[in-house]
Amino acid sequence: MTQQEIKEDLFILLKQIAPDTEPSTLEPDENIREKLNIDSFDTLQFIISVNEKFGIDIPEEDYGKITTIQSLSIYIDTKLKV
Amino acid sequence: MIEFLMPSLGADMEDGTLVAWRKKPGDTVKRGDIIAEVDTQKGLIEIEVFEEGTVGELLIKEGTKIPVGTPMALINTDGNQAATEKKPGPAVQKPEEKQSQIQPTEEPLPNKPAEQDVAKKRIKASPLAKKIAEDNNIALSGITGTGENGAITKHDVEIAIAKKGTGIPQEKQLNGPVYDKATPSESIRLAVAAAMSKSNREIPHYYLEKKIDMSTGLNWLKNTNKSRPVQDRLLPVSLLIKAVASALDEVPQLNGAWKDGLHLKNEINIGFVVSLRTGGVVVPTIPQADLKTVDEIMNILNDLIPRARALKLRSSELGNSTITLTNLGEGGADTVFGVIYPPQVAIVGFGNTSEQPFAENGMLGLRPVINVTLAGDHRATDGLTGSRFLASLNKYLQNPNAL
Repeated sequence: MTQQEIKEDLFILLKQIAPDTEPSTLEPDENIREKLNIDSFDTLQFIISVNEKFGIDIPEEDYGKITTIQSLSIYIDTKLKV
Repeated sequence: MIEFLMPSLGADMEDGTLVAWRKKPGDTVKRGDIIAEVDTQKGLIEIEVFEEGTVGELLIKEGTKIPVGTPMALINTDGNQAATEKKPGPAVQKPEEKQSQIQPTEEPLPNKPAEQDVAKKRIKASPLAKKIAEDNNIALSGITGTGENGAITKHDVEIAIAKKGTGIPQEKQLNGPVYDKATPSESIRLAVAAAMSKSNREIPHYYLEKKIDMSTGLNWLKNTNKSRPVQDRLLPVSLLIKAVASALDEVPQLNGAWKDGLHLKNEINIGFVVSLRTGGVVVPTIPQADLKTVDEIMNILNDLIPRARALKLRSSELGNSTITLTNLGEGGADTVFGVIYPPQVAIVGFGNTSEQPFAENGMLGLRPVINVTLAGDHRATDGLTGSRFLASLNKYLQNPNAL
Protein backbone atom coordinates (compact mmCIF):
# COMPACT_ATOMS: atom_id res chain seq x y z
CA MET A 1 0.00 0.00 0.00
CA THR A 2 1.51 3.33 -1.07
CA GLN A 3 1.30 6.45 1.05
CA GLN A 4 -0.98 7.95 -1.58
CA GLU A 5 -3.37 5.02 -1.18
CA ILE A 6 -3.24 5.42 2.60
CA LYS A 7 -4.12 9.10 2.21
CA GLU A 8 -7.05 8.33 -0.01
CA ASP A 9 -8.35 5.83 2.52
CA LEU A 10 -7.94 8.43 5.27
CA PHE A 11 -10.03 10.92 3.29
CA ILE A 12 -12.80 8.33 3.01
CA LEU A 13 -12.68 7.61 6.76
CA LEU A 14 -12.75 11.32 7.59
CA LYS A 15 -15.69 11.85 5.26
CA GLN A 16 -17.59 9.15 7.15
CA ILE A 17 -16.89 10.85 10.48
CA ALA A 18 -17.60 14.37 9.26
CA PRO A 19 -19.87 14.01 6.22
CA ASP A 20 -20.36 17.74 5.79
CA THR A 21 -16.66 18.47 5.37
CA GLU A 22 -14.36 18.07 2.39
CA PRO A 23 -11.31 16.17 3.72
CA SER A 24 -9.63 16.00 0.31
CA THR A 25 -9.01 19.74 0.50
CA LEU A 26 -6.69 19.19 3.48
CA GLU A 27 -3.09 20.21 2.83
CA PRO A 28 -0.63 17.48 3.89
CA ASP A 29 0.65 19.51 6.85
CA GLU A 30 -2.65 21.04 7.96
CA ASN A 31 -4.02 20.13 11.38
CA ILE A 32 -6.89 17.76 10.63
CA ARG A 33 -8.95 18.56 13.73
CA GLU A 34 -8.62 22.31 13.39
CA LYS A 35 -9.26 22.42 9.64
CA LEU A 36 -12.30 20.13 9.70
CA ASN A 37 -13.53 21.37 13.06
CA ILE A 38 -13.58 17.89 14.58
CA ASP A 39 -14.06 17.52 18.33
CA SER A 40 -12.47 14.97 20.64
CA PHE A 41 -15.37 12.57 20.29
CA ASP A 42 -15.11 12.48 16.50
CA THR A 43 -11.33 12.28 16.76
CA LEU A 44 -11.71 9.11 18.81
CA GLN A 45 -14.18 7.73 16.24
CA PHE A 46 -11.65 8.52 13.51
CA ILE A 47 -8.84 6.76 15.37
CA ILE A 48 -11.10 3.75 15.90
CA SER A 49 -11.86 3.67 12.16
CA VAL A 50 -8.12 3.93 11.31
CA ASN A 51 -7.45 1.08 13.74
CA GLU A 52 -10.09 -1.07 12.12
CA LYS A 53 -9.22 -0.18 8.53
CA PHE A 54 -5.46 -0.70 8.77
CA GLY A 55 -5.35 -3.13 11.67
CA ILE A 56 -2.80 -1.08 13.60
CA ASP A 57 -2.82 -0.20 17.28
CA ILE A 58 -2.55 3.51 18.08
CA PRO A 59 -1.70 4.05 21.75
CA GLU A 60 -3.04 7.20 23.33
CA GLU A 61 0.44 8.70 23.77
CA ASP A 62 0.84 8.69 19.98
CA TYR A 63 -2.19 10.89 19.35
CA GLY A 64 0.06 13.94 19.28
CA LYS A 65 2.12 12.45 16.44
CA ILE A 66 -0.76 12.03 14.03
CA THR A 67 -2.32 15.46 13.76
CA THR A 68 -1.86 15.93 9.98
CA ILE A 69 -2.57 13.79 6.93
CA GLN A 70 1.15 13.68 6.20
CA SER A 71 2.21 12.61 9.71
CA LEU A 72 -0.66 10.14 10.03
CA SER A 73 0.02 8.43 6.72
CA ILE A 74 3.73 8.12 7.55
CA TYR A 75 2.76 6.72 10.96
CA ILE A 76 0.47 4.13 9.38
CA ASP A 77 3.00 3.27 6.68
CA THR A 78 5.70 2.70 9.32
CA LYS A 79 3.41 0.56 11.47
CA LEU A 80 2.33 -1.54 8.50
CA LYS A 81 5.95 -2.30 7.58
CA VAL A 82 6.85 -3.48 11.09
CA MET B 1 -57.96 3.11 27.93
CA ILE B 2 -55.49 5.96 27.80
CA GLU B 3 -54.92 8.67 25.30
CA PHE B 4 -51.44 8.76 23.91
CA LEU B 5 -50.48 12.42 23.52
CA MET B 6 -47.96 14.29 21.41
CA PRO B 7 -45.09 14.53 23.90
CA SER B 8 -43.16 17.65 24.75
CA LEU B 9 -39.48 17.17 24.08
CA GLY B 10 -38.40 20.36 25.77
CA ALA B 11 -39.57 23.79 26.75
CA ASP B 12 -39.08 25.06 23.24
CA MET B 13 -41.29 22.50 21.52
CA GLU B 14 -44.80 23.58 20.60
CA ASP B 15 -45.80 21.08 17.96
CA GLY B 16 -44.63 18.18 15.87
CA THR B 17 -45.55 16.55 12.56
CA LEU B 18 -46.54 12.91 12.61
CA VAL B 19 -44.44 11.38 9.87
CA ALA B 20 -45.29 7.71 10.30
CA TRP B 21 -47.09 5.34 12.59
CA ARG B 22 -44.92 2.40 13.53
CA LYS B 23 -47.79 0.52 15.17
CA LYS B 24 -51.26 -0.18 13.86
CA PRO B 25 -54.54 -0.78 15.67
CA GLY B 26 -54.50 -4.16 17.38
CA ASP B 27 -50.72 -4.25 17.86
CA THR B 28 -49.58 -4.90 21.38
CA VAL B 29 -47.13 -2.42 22.81
CA LYS B 30 -44.89 -2.47 25.83
CA ARG B 31 -42.97 0.22 27.63
CA GLY B 32 -40.21 1.60 25.41
CA ASP B 33 -41.69 0.46 22.09
CA ILE B 34 -41.58 2.97 19.25
CA ILE B 35 -45.11 3.88 18.28
CA ALA B 36 -44.50 6.72 15.85
CA GLU B 37 -41.97 8.95 14.16
CA VAL B 38 -42.46 12.64 14.64
CA ASP B 39 -40.66 15.45 12.88
CA THR B 40 -39.73 18.20 15.33
CA GLN B 41 -37.38 21.13 15.38
CA LYS B 42 -34.88 18.71 16.87
CA GLY B 43 -35.06 16.32 13.98
CA LEU B 44 -36.94 13.13 13.30
CA ILE B 45 -37.73 11.68 16.72
CA GLU B 46 -38.84 8.15 17.49
CA ILE B 47 -41.70 8.38 19.97
CA GLU B 48 -41.87 5.72 22.64
CA VAL B 49 -44.84 4.48 24.65
CA PHE B 50 -44.70 4.20 28.41
CA GLU B 51 -47.64 1.86 28.89
CA GLU B 52 -48.34 -1.75 28.10
CA GLY B 53 -51.45 -2.54 26.13
CA THR B 54 -53.02 -2.79 22.74
CA VAL B 55 -53.10 0.03 20.23
CA GLY B 56 -56.68 1.16 19.70
CA GLU B 57 -57.65 3.86 17.28
CA LEU B 58 -55.00 6.03 15.63
CA LEU B 59 -56.46 9.51 15.91
CA ILE B 60 -54.02 11.46 13.79
CA LYS B 61 -53.21 10.97 10.14
CA GLU B 62 -49.64 10.72 8.96
CA GLY B 63 -48.45 14.07 7.72
CA THR B 64 -50.45 16.11 10.22
CA LYS B 65 -48.85 18.79 12.34
CA ILE B 66 -50.29 18.87 15.85
CA PRO B 67 -49.59 20.83 19.03
CA VAL B 68 -47.93 19.24 22.07
CA GLY B 69 -50.54 17.49 24.23
CA THR B 70 -52.85 16.51 21.35
CA PRO B 71 -54.23 12.96 21.65
CA MET B 72 -52.55 10.87 18.92
CA ALA B 73 -53.86 7.39 19.63
CA LEU B 74 -55.89 5.39 22.09
CA ILE B 75 -54.10 2.63 23.94
CA ASN B 76 -56.13 -0.06 25.61
CA THR B 77 -54.36 -0.94 28.83
CA ASP B 78 -56.99 -3.17 30.41
CA GLY B 79 -56.76 -6.03 27.95
CA ASN B 80 -60.25 -5.42 26.59
CA GLN B 81 -59.70 -4.69 22.96
CA ALA B 82 -63.37 -4.52 22.06
CA ALA B 83 -63.83 -1.40 24.15
CA THR B 84 -61.69 0.53 21.70
CA GLU B 85 -63.95 -0.13 18.77
CA LYS B 86 -67.01 0.98 20.67
CA LYS B 87 -65.65 4.41 21.27
CA PRO B 88 -67.50 7.05 19.28
CA GLY B 89 -65.51 9.49 17.18
CA PRO B 90 -64.60 12.19 19.64
CA ALA B 91 -62.88 10.95 22.79
CA VAL B 92 -65.71 11.66 25.16
CA GLN B 93 -64.62 9.97 28.36
CA LYS B 94 -65.56 10.32 31.94
CA PRO B 95 -62.79 12.03 33.84
CA GLU B 96 -62.17 9.03 36.06
CA GLU B 97 -61.71 6.78 33.03
CA LYS B 98 -59.44 9.13 31.26
CA GLN B 99 -55.80 8.76 32.04
CA SER B 100 -54.11 11.26 29.85
CA GLN B 101 -50.50 10.47 29.60
CA ILE B 102 -47.94 12.94 28.53
CA GLN B 103 -44.34 12.01 28.36
CA PRO B 104 -41.79 13.92 30.36
CA THR B 105 -43.02 17.44 30.03
CA GLU B 106 -41.29 20.35 31.53
CA GLU B 107 -43.73 23.03 30.58
CA PRO B 108 -47.36 23.63 31.13
CA LEU B 109 -49.23 23.27 27.88
CA PRO B 110 -49.43 26.58 26.09
CA ASN B 111 -52.82 28.12 25.61
CA LYS B 112 -53.25 28.21 21.92
CA PRO B 113 -55.54 30.45 19.99
CA ALA B 114 -58.53 28.58 18.62
CA GLU B 115 -57.44 28.65 15.01
CA GLN B 116 -54.26 26.78 15.82
CA ASP B 117 -56.27 24.06 17.42
CA VAL B 118 -57.84 22.77 14.29
CA ALA B 119 -55.97 19.50 14.38
CA LYS B 120 -56.81 19.02 18.01
CA LYS B 121 -60.49 18.80 17.24
CA ARG B 122 -61.40 15.25 16.40
CA ILE B 123 -63.48 14.93 13.28
CA LYS B 124 -66.93 13.67 14.17
CA ALA B 125 -68.08 10.86 11.95
CA SER B 126 -70.12 7.73 12.33
CA PRO B 127 -68.13 4.48 12.39
CA LEU B 128 -69.72 3.41 9.11
CA ALA B 129 -68.90 6.74 7.46
CA LYS B 130 -65.31 6.37 8.64
CA LYS B 131 -65.03 2.89 7.25
CA ILE B 132 -66.47 3.84 3.87
CA ALA B 133 -64.20 6.89 3.71
CA GLU B 134 -61.17 4.80 4.57
CA ASP B 135 -62.04 2.08 2.05
CA ASN B 136 -62.42 4.72 -0.66
CA ASN B 137 -59.34 6.67 0.36
CA ILE B 138 -61.32 9.81 1.16
CA ALA B 139 -60.05 12.25 3.79
CA LEU B 140 -62.74 13.00 6.39
CA SER B 141 -61.15 16.40 6.86
CA GLY B 142 -62.39 17.44 3.42
CA ILE B 143 -66.02 16.51 4.09
CA THR B 144 -68.69 18.75 5.60
CA GLY B 145 -70.84 16.78 8.00
CA THR B 146 -74.65 17.09 7.91
CA GLY B 147 -75.39 14.82 10.88
CA GLU B 148 -75.91 15.66 14.53
CA ASN B 149 -73.48 18.36 15.71
CA GLY B 150 -71.92 18.39 12.26
CA ALA B 151 -70.96 14.71 12.34
CA ILE B 152 -70.15 13.14 8.99
CA THR B 153 -72.65 10.52 7.93
CA LYS B 154 -72.54 7.66 5.45
CA HIS B 155 -74.49 9.86 3.05
CA ASP B 156 -71.93 12.70 3.30
CA VAL B 157 -69.15 10.28 2.47
CA GLU B 158 -71.03 8.83 -0.47
CA ILE B 159 -71.50 12.34 -1.90
CA ALA B 160 -67.80 12.98 -1.41
CA ILE B 161 -66.94 9.76 -3.25
CA ALA B 162 -69.18 10.79 -6.13
CA LYS B 163 -67.55 14.24 -6.28
CA LYS B 164 -64.10 12.67 -6.22
CA GLY B 165 -64.96 10.92 -9.43
CA THR B 166 -65.67 14.33 -11.00
CA GLY B 167 -62.25 15.67 -10.03
CA ILE B 168 -63.43 18.06 -7.36
CA PRO B 169 -60.58 18.35 -4.92
CA GLN B 170 -61.26 16.51 -1.70
CA GLU B 171 -57.85 15.85 -0.22
CA LYS B 172 -57.35 19.35 1.06
CA GLN B 173 -55.22 19.26 4.17
CA LEU B 174 -56.56 21.01 7.23
CA ASN B 175 -53.12 21.82 8.44
CA GLY B 176 -51.35 23.22 5.46
CA PRO B 177 -48.15 21.68 4.16
CA VAL B 178 -47.01 18.42 5.66
CA TYR B 179 -43.58 19.71 6.55
CA ASP B 180 -42.28 23.07 7.49
CA LYS B 181 -40.28 24.68 4.78
CA ALA B 182 -37.39 25.32 7.16
CA THR B 183 -34.36 23.05 6.72
CA PRO B 184 -33.34 20.95 9.75
CA SER B 185 -30.53 23.32 10.64
CA GLU B 186 -32.82 26.34 10.35
CA SER B 187 -35.43 24.78 12.59
CA ILE B 188 -32.82 23.77 15.16
CA ARG B 189 -31.58 27.36 15.09
CA LEU B 190 -35.16 28.50 15.81
CA ALA B 191 -35.53 25.98 18.65
CA VAL B 192 -32.31 27.19 20.26
CA ALA B 193 -33.38 30.78 19.74
CA ALA B 194 -36.74 30.21 21.43
CA ALA B 195 -35.31 28.41 24.46
CA MET B 196 -32.43 30.81 24.99
CA SER B 197 -34.60 33.91 24.56
CA LYS B 198 -37.00 32.57 27.14
CA SER B 199 -34.10 31.85 29.46
CA ASN B 200 -32.61 35.29 29.10
CA ARG B 201 -36.01 36.93 29.55
CA GLU B 202 -37.07 35.00 32.62
CA ILE B 203 -34.07 33.61 34.45
CA PRO B 204 -31.84 35.86 36.56
CA HIS B 205 -28.52 34.07 36.11
CA TYR B 206 -25.60 34.18 38.53
CA TYR B 207 -22.20 32.92 37.44
CA LEU B 208 -19.39 31.20 39.32
CA GLU B 209 -16.08 29.85 38.10
CA LYS B 210 -13.51 27.47 39.53
CA LYS B 211 -10.15 26.36 38.16
CA ILE B 212 -9.73 22.65 38.65
CA ASP B 213 -6.43 20.81 38.47
CA MET B 214 -7.01 17.91 36.09
CA SER B 215 -3.65 16.13 36.53
CA THR B 216 -5.07 13.41 38.78
CA GLY B 217 -8.12 12.89 36.58
CA LEU B 218 -6.14 12.83 33.33
CA ASN B 219 -3.55 10.43 34.79
CA TRP B 220 -6.35 8.16 35.90
CA LEU B 221 -7.75 8.23 32.35
CA LYS B 222 -4.33 7.63 30.83
CA ASN B 223 -3.71 4.58 33.02
CA THR B 224 -7.20 3.26 32.41
CA ASN B 225 -6.91 3.69 28.64
CA LYS B 226 -3.39 2.25 28.39
CA SER B 227 -4.56 -1.33 28.71
CA ARG B 228 -7.63 -0.88 26.53
CA PRO B 229 -8.20 -1.29 22.80
CA VAL B 230 -9.07 2.00 21.13
CA GLN B 231 -12.76 1.06 20.95
CA ASP B 232 -13.02 0.92 24.74
CA ARG B 233 -11.11 4.07 25.61
CA LEU B 234 -12.64 6.76 27.76
CA LEU B 235 -12.76 10.43 26.91
CA PRO B 236 -12.23 13.03 29.65
CA VAL B 237 -15.83 14.17 29.26
CA SER B 238 -17.14 10.84 30.59
CA LEU B 239 -15.25 11.51 33.83
CA LEU B 240 -16.55 15.10 33.95
CA ILE B 241 -20.16 13.95 33.53
CA LYS B 242 -19.82 11.39 36.30
CA ALA B 243 -18.18 13.95 38.62
CA VAL B 244 -20.99 16.46 37.96
CA ALA B 245 -23.59 13.79 38.75
CA SER B 246 -21.83 12.85 41.98
CA ALA B 247 -21.51 16.50 43.04
CA LEU B 248 -25.24 17.01 42.34
CA ASP B 249 -25.96 14.14 44.66
CA GLU B 250 -24.31 16.23 47.36
CA VAL B 251 -25.85 19.54 46.28
CA PRO B 252 -29.27 18.53 44.92
CA GLN B 253 -30.65 22.08 44.94
CA LEU B 254 -29.20 22.59 41.44
CA ASN B 255 -30.94 19.53 40.03
CA GLY B 256 -34.50 20.57 39.37
CA ALA B 257 -36.96 22.83 37.64
CA TRP B 258 -38.40 26.27 38.38
CA LYS B 259 -42.16 26.38 38.05
CA ASP B 260 -43.60 28.91 40.51
CA GLY B 261 -40.96 27.71 42.92
CA LEU B 262 -38.09 25.27 42.92
CA HIS B 263 -39.03 21.64 42.29
CA LEU B 264 -36.18 19.29 43.01
CA LYS B 265 -35.89 16.15 40.90
CA ASN B 266 -35.03 12.76 42.28
CA GLU B 267 -33.31 11.53 39.14
CA ILE B 268 -30.12 13.18 37.98
CA ASN B 269 -30.62 13.33 34.20
CA ILE B 270 -27.81 15.27 32.59
CA GLY B 271 -28.52 17.05 29.33
CA PHE B 272 -25.35 16.90 27.29
CA VAL B 273 -24.85 19.61 24.70
CA VAL B 274 -23.91 18.20 21.30
CA SER B 275 -22.89 20.81 18.77
CA LEU B 276 -23.82 20.29 15.16
CA ARG B 277 -21.17 21.16 12.66
CA THR B 278 -23.75 22.99 10.59
CA GLY B 279 -24.67 25.17 13.58
CA GLY B 280 -27.08 24.74 16.45
CA VAL B 281 -27.05 22.31 19.34
CA VAL B 282 -29.01 19.23 20.34
CA VAL B 283 -29.17 18.23 24.00
CA PRO B 284 -29.79 14.51 24.56
CA THR B 285 -30.13 13.17 28.08
CA ILE B 286 -27.83 10.87 30.01
CA PRO B 287 -30.37 9.38 32.41
CA GLN B 288 -29.56 8.78 36.06
CA ALA B 289 -25.91 9.57 35.52
CA ASP B 290 -25.19 9.34 39.25
CA LEU B 291 -26.05 5.63 39.20
CA LYS B 292 -23.85 4.84 36.20
CA THR B 293 -20.15 4.05 36.02
CA VAL B 294 -17.76 6.13 33.92
CA ASP B 295 -17.65 3.24 31.43
CA GLU B 296 -21.42 3.14 31.18
CA ILE B 297 -21.52 6.90 30.59
CA MET B 298 -18.92 6.56 27.82
CA ASN B 299 -21.00 3.80 26.21
CA ILE B 300 -24.05 6.04 26.30
CA LEU B 301 -22.08 8.87 24.67
CA ASN B 302 -20.84 6.50 21.97
CA ASP B 303 -24.44 5.72 21.17
CA LEU B 304 -26.00 9.15 21.66
CA ILE B 305 -23.57 11.56 20.03
CA PRO B 306 -23.61 10.12 16.49
CA ARG B 307 -27.41 9.83 16.60
CA ALA B 308 -27.74 13.35 17.96
CA ARG B 309 -25.57 14.63 15.10
CA ALA B 310 -27.71 12.70 12.63
CA LEU B 311 -30.85 14.14 14.34
CA LYS B 312 -32.04 10.62 15.10
CA LEU B 313 -33.01 10.51 18.75
CA ARG B 314 -35.82 8.90 20.70
CA SER B 315 -38.41 10.83 22.66
CA SER B 316 -37.09 9.49 25.97
CA GLU B 317 -33.67 10.87 25.13
CA LEU B 318 -34.89 14.45 24.89
CA GLY B 319 -36.76 16.69 27.20
CA ASN B 320 -36.35 15.15 30.63
CA SER B 321 -32.97 16.55 31.59
CA THR B 322 -32.70 18.02 35.06
CA ILE B 323 -29.51 20.00 34.43
CA THR B 324 -27.34 20.75 31.39
CA LEU B 325 -23.63 20.22 30.85
CA THR B 326 -21.71 21.91 28.08
CA ASN B 327 -18.16 20.93 27.29
CA LEU B 328 -16.14 22.92 24.76
CA GLY B 329 -13.40 20.29 24.62
CA GLU B 330 -9.80 20.64 23.62
CA GLY B 331 -8.45 23.58 21.76
CA GLY B 332 -11.45 25.87 22.21
CA ALA B 333 -12.16 28.79 24.51
CA ASP B 334 -10.90 28.54 28.09
CA THR B 335 -14.18 29.39 29.76
CA VAL B 336 -17.85 29.07 28.84
CA PHE B 337 -20.66 30.79 30.73
CA GLY B 338 -23.79 28.86 29.86
CA VAL B 339 -27.37 29.99 29.40
CA ILE B 340 -29.76 27.89 31.49
CA TYR B 341 -32.19 25.71 29.57
CA PRO B 342 -35.62 26.44 31.06
CA PRO B 343 -37.17 25.24 33.26
CA GLN B 344 -33.89 23.86 34.62
CA VAL B 345 -32.09 25.89 37.24
CA ALA B 346 -28.41 25.39 36.40
CA ILE B 347 -25.92 24.74 33.62
CA VAL B 348 -22.33 23.57 34.11
CA GLY B 349 -19.70 24.66 31.59
CA PHE B 350 -16.29 23.12 30.94
CA GLY B 351 -13.74 25.00 28.88
CA ASN B 352 -10.53 23.90 27.21
CA THR B 353 -8.01 22.08 29.43
CA SER B 354 -4.67 23.85 29.22
CA GLU B 355 -1.37 23.84 31.04
CA GLN B 356 -1.33 26.66 33.55
CA PRO B 357 0.87 27.73 36.45
CA PHE B 358 -0.82 26.28 39.48
CA ALA B 359 0.11 27.02 43.08
CA GLU B 360 -0.56 24.43 45.75
CA ASN B 361 0.88 23.95 49.24
CA GLY B 362 3.33 26.76 48.68
CA MET B 363 4.65 25.23 45.48
CA LEU B 364 4.22 26.51 41.96
CA GLY B 365 3.98 24.02 39.14
CA LEU B 366 2.52 23.49 35.69
CA ARG B 367 -0.70 21.57 35.67
CA PRO B 368 -3.45 20.77 33.18
CA VAL B 369 -6.22 23.06 34.37
CA ILE B 370 -9.86 23.23 33.35
CA ASN B 371 -12.09 26.22 34.02
CA VAL B 372 -15.46 25.04 35.24
CA THR B 373 -18.37 27.45 35.46
CA LEU B 374 -21.78 27.24 36.93
CA ALA B 375 -24.66 29.44 35.85
CA GLY B 376 -27.44 29.21 38.40
CA ASP B 377 -31.00 30.48 38.50
CA HIS B 378 -30.95 33.07 41.28
CA ARG B 379 -34.66 32.56 41.92
CA ALA B 380 -33.90 28.96 42.88
CA THR B 381 -30.50 29.08 44.56
CA ASP B 382 -27.79 31.47 45.70
CA GLY B 383 -24.10 31.71 44.98
CA LEU B 384 -23.21 29.81 48.12
CA THR B 385 -25.06 26.72 46.87
CA GLY B 386 -23.35 26.99 43.51
CA SER B 387 -20.02 27.41 45.22
CA ARG B 388 -20.56 24.27 47.29
CA PHE B 389 -21.36 22.39 44.10
CA LEU B 390 -18.11 23.47 42.40
CA ALA B 391 -16.11 22.57 45.51
CA SER B 392 -17.74 19.14 45.56
CA LEU B 393 -17.05 18.70 41.83
CA ASN B 394 -13.39 19.49 42.45
CA LYS B 395 -13.26 16.95 45.28
CA TYR B 396 -14.54 14.20 42.98
CA LEU B 397 -12.20 15.10 40.15
CA GLN B 398 -9.26 14.84 42.55
CA ASN B 399 -10.40 11.37 43.51
CA PRO B 400 -11.54 9.62 40.30
CA ASN B 401 -11.21 6.16 41.82
CA ALA B 402 -14.15 7.01 44.04
CA LEU B 403 -16.39 7.74 41.05
